[in-house]
Amino acid sequence: MSGETADPRTAAPTVTAPMVEAKALVKRFGDVEAVRGVDVQVRTGEAFGFLGPNGAGKSSTMRMIASTSPRSDGDLRVLGMDPDLDGPRIRARLGSVPQQDTLDTELTVRQNLQIYGRYFGLSRAEVRRKATELMEFAQLSDRADDLVDALSGGMKRRLTIARSLVNDPDVLLLDEPTTGLDPQARHMLWDRLFRLKAGGVTLIITSHYMDEVEQLCDRLVVMDDGRIVAEGSPSELIARYSTREVLELRFPPGEQGGVADRVAEFGERVEELPDRVLVYTGDGERALEQVHGRDVRPVSSLVRRSTLEDVFLRLTGRTLVD
Amino acid sequence: MAAGAETRAATGSRATGRVVGSWRAAWLRVEAHWTWYRRYWRSSLYSSGLQPVLFLAAMGLGFGSQVEAGPATGGLAYVHYVAPALLVAGAVQNAIGESSYPVLSGFKWQQDYYAVTATPVTAGQLLGGQIIWIALRVGIACVVYTLVALLFGAWLNAGALLVVPIGVFAAVACGAAIMAVAATTYNEGERFAAIFRFLVMPMILFSGTFFPIEQIPAAVRWLAWISPVWHGTELARGVTLGGLDVWPALGHLTFLGALLGVSAALARRYFYRRLVV
Ligand SMILES: Nc1ncnc2c1ncn2[C@@H]1O[C@H](COP(=O)(O)OP(=O)(O)O)[C@@H](O)[C@H]1O
Ligand SMILES: [Mg+2]
Repeated sequence: MSGETADPRTAAPTVTAPMVEAKALVKRFGDVEAVRGVDVQVRTGEAFGFLGPNGAGKSSTMRMIASTSPRSDGDLRVLGMDPDLDGPRIRARLGSVPQQDTLDTELTVRQNLQIYGRYFGLSRAEVRRKATELMEFAQLSDRADDLVDALSGGMKRRLTIARSLVNDPDVLLLDEPTTGLDPQARHMLWDRLFRLKAGGVTLIITSHYMDEVEQLCDRLVVMDDGRIVAEGSPSELIARYSTREVLELRFPPGEQGGVADRVAEFGERVEELPDRVLVYTGDGERALEQVHGRDVRPVSSLVRRSTLEDVFLRLTGRTLVD
Repeated sequence: MAAGAETRAATGSRATGRVVGSWRAAWLRVEAHWTWYRRYWRSSLYSSGLQPVLFLAAMGLGFGSQVEAGPATGGLAYVHYVAPALLVAGAVQNAIGESSYPVLSGFKWQQDYYAVTATPVTAGQLLGGQIIWIALRVGIACVVYTLVALLFGAWLNAGALLVVPIGVFAAVACGAAIMAVAATTYNEGERFAAIFRFLVMPMILFSGTFFPIEQIPAAVRWLAWISPVWHGTELARGVTLGGLDVWPALGHLTFLGALLGVSAALARRYFYRRLVV
């Protein structure tokens, strides 16, 4: 790198190139088109989310970004490099938490971390130090010399995340980080991810839990059937595609028919789900009074704020988790 | 290193990872296997170490005491005849075992291969490490066998030192072929059981391990000629008992080398096909 020719990356230090830039990105598996033209830009230091139901193409997209899966079409730059040409160099600077844990269950917690660190060219002394630090971070220090096989699901997940941090990655990819975990384990993981973000790590997270994305992400895309159907911050998306509040009405089995039409005028929009009717409105309490005035008698009712779940429902007509 | 640090500063990167060279990457995989082996070597003691030794005791010393030295054994005691062949047969069996379910597990059950290829280490380097590891592991077992066979008085001369690399060579050639099979196996690995029963077992029984292949009916003798165990056994006997000319020796080496080359190339292709999708 000579001083004469300006490196585009150093030319304007305040405007950093995107960590990830995808244009019309496509992934095909035989006849199945899993990703059908995705455009995203992930900026340095942000937490970026892919929200979508199972089969939306989130993992396929993540694997292409992780430079473990070649793209079928379109353009992709990760850390300014092309994964097709510079896969190993990109992977050297990424952390990857795949949907499945892929830990070596016949080795100890410490061994898993140390061995993995060696693949990134770290010395024995470095991986020893790093393993100790990461076990502390993942609250696994007291399990350091236990076999991974004996750990709980939440601990294994934490270890997978710890493992992905062994090279101090610039970008951390998390594919469904908390799927299958109990609420306590999820909150503990979220706490760790907040700390990483505060430490300047760029996070890319996929999830089919709207609360996870709402909690963690600055910006997200909603994905469905291989395509992006909306993009923005959680609050922007809610403001754009939903109302401030939602009134949920539940009825005894078989008595929900026709309700949607009768209450339609009390909200900007009404959605009928198999087990409840949702009334989208700026003022849920008022809508509930009006519903009662119309002599509609639900077995239970609930006024809540809109979430990304409502955004998804609006955009696709389906729920995220069924 | 300096260039790496410069780039890092220029791009504001905090990452400490870097790409390691191919041989180094393969060696790091060997280190990982070694970490595993240090903990679990005892459980593999029987199949890899003890079994060939038991065979040597039973066949070489026990059964061998009933066998008269004759033209078939080159005028030697049966234990001298059978010891190098048992090393080759045991090494091949060991390598095939280690290249079947354990490799399939990397793809299917443990899925740790996917974890490795998410690092700078590539699928090809992963395969290279697996082959080197199996060579080492089989080599350890062969050395142990050679020492025990020495106590049995099975070796006649220093040619025995060459039996170990010959056994490892034949073993790795077979192991690489099975790795290619493992990389294309998507079910629970039922085919391995069939391979052990209908391929490996007959190969060991009818490759000149216990008796010369001239005893096999001429119509099916060619089956021994395409058996890697037979080629390895001929070489191993050649260096310990003598009587092997240069050209046949080169032929055996070429056969095993070709098997290794073709198998490794196929395995490499299938490893990429499975891991980079
Ligand atoms: N390796 C693969 N081979 C064939 N089809 C695949 C493969 N991986 C994913 N798919 C298909 O691609 C689609 C998207 O899957 P995926 O990316 O895993 O979605 P998500 O992570 O959002 O659940 C699904 O229809 C899935 O069956
Ligand atoms: Mg997925």
